[in-house]
Amino acid sequence: MSRRGFLGVAAAAIGGAMLAPGIQLIEIARAATPAGAAGANPQVRWGMLIDTTKCATGCTDCVTACNTENGLDPKPSPTSAQWIRKIEIKEIKTGRQASAPVMCQHCAEPPCVDVCPTGASFKRADGIVLVDRHACIGCRYCVMACPYKARSFVHEELSEQKPDVPRGKGCVEGCTLCVHRIDQGGKTTACAEACRQAGHGAIVFGDLNDPQSEIARRVREIQTTQLRADLKLDPGVRYHGL
Amino acid sequence: MRSPQDIRKFWLMAALGGAVTAMGLAAAHFVELHGHIVTGMNNQVVWGLPHVFAIFMVVAASGVLNVASIGSVFGQPVYKPRAPLSGLLCLALLMGGLMVLMLDLGRPERVIVAATHYNFKSVFAWNVILYSGMSGIVIVYLFTMFERRFNAWSKPAGLAALVWRFVLTTGTGSIFAFLVGRQAYASALLAPLFIVLSFGWGLAAFLIVQHTMYAWEQQHLGAAVQRRMARLLGVFIFASLYLVAVYHLTNLYYARQGAFEAFILLGREGGGLYALLFWGGYVLLGSVLPLVLLFHPRLGGERWTLVAALLIVAGAFAWLYVFIIGGQAYPLEIFPGHVVSSSFGDGAVATYQPTLPELLLGMGGLGAAFLMTVIGVRVLDFMPQDDFVAAGKV
Repeated sequence: MSRRGFLGVAAAAIGGAMLAPGIQLIEIARAATPAGAAGANPQVRWGMLIDTTKCATGCTDCVTACNTENGLDPKPSPTSAQWIRKIEIKEIKTGRQASAPVMCQHCAEPPCVDVCPTGASFKRADGIVLVDRHACIGCRYCVMACPYKARSFVHEELSEQKPDVPRGKGCVEGCTLCVHRIDQGGKTTACAEACRQAGHGAIVFGDLNDPQSEIARRVREIQTTQLRADLKLDPGVRYHGL
Repeated sequence: MRSPQDIRKFWLMAALGGAVTAMGLAAAHFVELHGHIVTGMNNQVVWGLPHVFAIFMVVAASGVLNVASIGSVFGQPVYKPRAPLSGLLCLALLMGGLMVLMLDLGRPERVIVAATHYNFKSVFAWNVILYSGMSGIVIVYLFTMFERRFNAWSKPAGLAALVWRFVLTTGTGSIFAFLVGRQAYASALLAPLFIVLSFGWGLAAFLIVQHTMYAWEQQHLGAAVQRRMARLLGVFIFASLYLVAVYHLTNLYYARQGAFEAFILLGREGGGLYALLFWGGYVLLGSVLPLVLLFHPRLGGERWTLVAALLIVAGAFAWLYVFIIGGQAYPLEIFPGHVVSSSFGDGAVATYQPTLPELLLGMGGLGAAFLMTVIGVRVLDFMPQDDFVAAGKV
C-alpha cells in the first residue's frame, strides 16, 4: 500500500472509531427520555429572604440541616462540598457586624448556566438553578463563573448518599433549593426549617411571584439587597440588614 | 537513505516522547480513579497546573502558525519553506493541549457529551468548535502545500487559517474575559492580550523545535534567516510586555481592583509567590533577559536565540501560573468594604500546592505534542528543505 493510501485508510478508521460509540450513546439517551413528564411551573419564582438581623452569630443550624438533608460532609474541608455556609462580616469603616448564610442565589441570569459547555447547568422554569449530573463533564467552568462561590466540585468517591439527592465524583454541584422536597409538595427547605426550629426565623422560603406569600409580602415591606447587585443577575435570594 | 545511526536516533526520540506521554496518561488514570483529591486543587482553586500547561499549548499552537501565515499569506520567501513545519507544530500543540484539558475533566469519559451537547452561549462550547475547526483548516492547508495540484490553493487556505487562529485565540482569552464575577479576569483586554502572547510563545516554540530538528539533521540555519526570526521574536516579546502592562494599568484605574493588583504585583496579603513569579519569572527571566539576548549585537547567534526562546517559554509558564492560579487564589469580593470569614475560604487567600500527577499530566501533553512532531517530520516532508541549499548563499 502506498503511503498516501495508508494515511487515508488510517484517518477513516480513526474517525469511524471515534464517532461510532457516540452515535450509539445518543440513541440510548433518546430512548431513555420519559414521555410526558411534568415540567416545573413557569408561574412560580422560588426564592429566599435572609433576614440578617435575626441570624445569630455562631449558629450553624442551617448548615447542619443542609448537610444532613443532602448527605454532605458534616465536617467540611477545602475539598468537600459546601452548599450553604455561614459568613461573618464586619464593615471596615464602621465596625458593624453581621452574620448570614450564603448559598446558590438562584439567579434569573445565572452565569453558571451561560458558561456550561454541555448545558448541564440549567435553570428550571420555576427559577431553581440545578446541575444535571448526567451531563456534567466536570470542567469546573461554572465554579469559575459563579460570583458567589456557590458551586462545589466533588473531589472524591462518595458514600452514604441520600436516595433523593444523587451526587457523584467528578461533577459539580450546589444548593438545589431542596428541589426534591418542592417537587414532592414540600413547602420549605431544610435550612429554612432548621432556622425556624432554632427560633430565629431568619430564612424565609417561598414563591416571589405570589403576592400573597410571606416572602413576597416581606420583600415588599422591608428593604432588601441582592449580593453583587452590580452584576444585574437578578438573584432569587435577597438579604435584609446587610 | 537514512543511516542506521539516524534510524536509532529517531526511535530514541519517539520512545522518549512516548514514555512521557504514557506517564501523563497514567497520571490521568490515577486522578480519574481517585478523584481530584489527589491533586492540589480544591473548591477555591479549581483549575490547577494542568490548565497552565494546556492553555500554554493551545495559545502557542495558534501563535506557531504565524510562521506559515507570514510565508504564504504575506509572501515572505524566508518563511514559506517553514510553513509545513509550522502547520504540523500547530496541530501537535493543539492536540497536546486538548489532551491535557480533556483528561483533567472530572468526568473525562464523558467527552462524548461535550461533543454532542452544545450550549452555544458557553465560551467553552465555542472553543470546542474553534479547536476542531482549526485542526480541519490546518490539515487542508498542509494538504494544499504538499499536493502539487493544489499548490495554488495554499494562499487562500493560509488566509483562512490566519483568520481562524485570530478567532481561536480571542476565544481562549474570552474563557477568562467573560468571568465577570472575578477580579482577576473580567477584562475585555484579555482577548487581544492572548493574541499578542500567542505570537511570542508560538514563535519561541517554533524556534526551539526548528533548532532541535536542524541539530538532528546536523544542519545549520542561515545566519540571515536566523537573525530575522530572532528580531521578530524580540518585537513580539516587546508587544506582550506592553499589553500585560496595559492590562494591569487598567486594573489599577478601578479603585476596587487595587487590592488584587497589590496581591499579584506587590505580594501583599500572602501573594508573595505570585509577585515573585510575575517579576522574576515573567518580566525578568521570561522577557527582559530574552530581549537582551535577542537584540545584543554580540550575542544574537543561534545558540543565544535558542536560550532566549527557552526563557520565553519558561516565562510563559510563570505568567500563566500567576494568571490562572493567582487569579483564583485571591478571594472573591462578595461583600465590598467588609472583612469576611467563613468555613469556605471567604475573604481568605486560597492555598494551592500542585501534586506530581498534575505535573505528569501536563508534561504528558507536551510529550504527546513532541511525539506527534517527531513522527510527522519523519513520515512527511515537514523540514524546511531549501535552507540547506540556501544557507550557503546568505
